[in-house]
Amino acid sequence: MKRAVYSILTVAGIAVLAGAAARDAAVLRWLAVVVPYAAFATFVLGMSWRVTVWSLSPAPFRIPTVCGQQKALSWIKPDRLESPPDTLAVVGRMALEVLLFRSLFRNTRMTLREGPRLVFGENKFLWLGAMAFHWSLLVILVRHLRLFLEPLPAIVLAAEKLDGFFEVGTPVFYVTDAVVVVGLLYLFQRRLRDPLVRYISLFTDYFALALLAGIAFSGIWMRYFGRVDITGIKEFALGLATFRPVALPAPSDSFFVHLILVSTLAAYFPFSKLVHMGGVFLSPTRNLANNNRARRHVNPWNYPVRVHTYEEWETEFRDKLEAAGLPLERK
Amino acid sequence: MRDRPVIYGGLAVFLAVITLPFWRGIESGVTTKGPELARPATARQCVASTEFMKSSHMLLLMEMRDQAVRSGDPWYVGAGHGTYTISLTGTCLEQCHGSKTEFCDRCHDYAGVAPGCWSCHLDAGHSTGSLTAMRSSR
Repeated sequence: MKRAVYSILTVAGIAVLAGAAARDAAVLRWLAVVVPYAAFATFVLGMSWRVTVWSLSPAPFRIPTVCGQQKALSWIKPDRLESPPDTLAVVGRMALEVLLFRSLFRNTRMTLREGPRLVFGENKFLWLGAMAFHWSLLVILVRHLRLFLEPLPAIVLAAEKLDGFFEVGTPVFYVTDAVVVVGLLYLFQRRLRDPLVRYISLFTDYFALALLAGIAFSGIWMRYFGRVDITGIKEFALGLATFRPVALPAPSDSFFVHLILVSTLAAYFPFSKLVHMGGVFLSPTRNLANNNRARRHVNPWNYPVRVHTYEEWETEFRDKLEAAGLPLERK
Repeated sequence: MRDRPVIYGGLAVFLAVITLPFWRGIESGVTTKGPELARPATARQCVASTEFMKSSHMLLLMEMRDQAVRSGDPWYVGAGHGTYTISLTGTCLEQCHGSKTEFCDRCHDYAGVAPGCWSCHLDAGHSTGSLTAMRSSR
């Protein structure tokens, strides 16, 4: 509970500091350029560094964790997706994991009922919350490209149109704005509600969720309540993208808070659990084919080992073995 | 070991995607000069300040709509104490801002928004004839 509160206070503290900094025009002008560049550079270099370090880890053997019938004899039906025998099946298995979070779909809940009786049941809410959050985040990211690209590609307009499908209000209400908040709130309260999950939850677990919620709330505030000059913000964003920064449109307090929270997320990303974005592709228990029995995998850095064979040992102690009357391999 | 080309390829694709605004911006020679709006020919005073209109004109239009359509009061008192007839095509466009394509669309296209106003309202610059015809037929 304490950790959850601290995480919320930290995010609120960053937002308040950003809001205070936005009061001073000169500081604002300077920070609005330096912070996003520094955060983006940290994100790019940090992610590259993490992935490069992972790529240098040796993976000489296949170590997939499987939960299906391995491909064996022709009359035994293999489960290609749960125990992939080749690269194509691995791609299918990874696609299910990355796009549909198949491992979360298998989440179970263990409860102690009267008796006492231990009961295992399905629990799909973690999967549902994760799907709601991650897919909304993707749509939101694609939508945000409207502020960074000119002319706009069709996919950005399509994402926006689909998101505003219900055409409620002006500016039109985005479905993902609601879904992402519901998803984040569920994921946050899930850590607090269950004492077991609460026990293993760290500050960083709450902080990532609180930071994302802070970003979502500041964005929702700007769009539906606070009101900002969107063309001015696009000019600012394009200024950053073309390395010719321009001043923020005034008043820009709420936008600056949003910008600082996003920069915090970008800079924090490579050093937190959020790198699972890259890590999910590089988990050896998922991205390797289960072909240990079909193919021989030789450790590539095997070196010739000096061994002392039984024959050599027998030759060395032949006289003693003969004297003791022990049987010999070579007469 | 043999997977490294795949990993670095994936990383390269990821970096190319997240730096999209940078290289697309340089490629298309985009500038930070925002959309050019056609200025009203005569009027110098809008119903509200430019700053307010830039960020919140849609809310004002909705408020006007509710006032005119739901309360039946077609008069709006603007910031400069002028009184205006509430009409998107007749007042906002015809009296001041000209056509939709040279005013509204400039920013809407720039920001990638497509408000539903025009599925009912007429564009003054392009359909004045039909607007006049519609009015006289009433």
